[in-house]
Amino acid sequence: MATAPNNNIAARPGREQEARQVFVYLPLIAGWLVPGAGHFLLRKWGRGALLSASIVGMFAVGLAMQGKVYASAHEVLDLLGLAGDLGNGLLYVVAQLLGLGADQVRVTTADYGTRFIVVAGLLNVIAAVDAHNLRTGRKS
Amino acid sequence: MFRPSHFAALVLFALFASVVFGITQHETPRRMLRYGIYCFVLFVGSAVALSWAMYFIAR
Repeated sequence: MATAPNNNIAARPGREQEARQVFVYLPLIAGWLVPGAGHFLLRKWGRGALLSASIVGMFAVGLAMQGKVYASAHEVLDLLGLAGDLGNGLLYVVAQLLGLGADQVRVTTADYGTRFIVVAGLLNVIAAVDAHNLRTGRKS
Repeated sequence: MFRPSHFAALVLFALFASVVFGITQHETPRRMLRYGIYCFVLFVGSAVALSWAMYFIAR
């Protein structure tokens, strides 16, 4: 009976470490879902605001140019485009739900818009990884 | 529908990408700014240089 509390104490650091491990990935996940949120969580307000403005701005300009938002992939290039689009996190989900963007690219500017949307997703992934590096101390 | 010229689209693309590259690739604000400007100039400069190269090749 007396040994039970000791076992709990011994188990506590493991659980705390596990919880801390999960928390380490929070800026990464938050940054992917909402551009700049990873940096905001780490109180890097200026960097977060600039990243957010750039990524959301690029995504919005892409949509305004009637860029295509990939919904499915039938070819390898479509798969790459879809992977890039998914990097936008919730922006991609909102665009899909609201039916934003074009189904087919008809004009040159729409082709540029499609690239803007894909690149915004890739830049968002870079920003989320940067937030993760800040969290782990790999970057200051 | 937003229809920018090719050059305006290039400048917008370079601006957004350079901001993200500058912030994520360096640690101090001064170096971030310098790297961001460096990326922007390279994006725009290389596109203009390649455009002129293609213009002379096509002639």
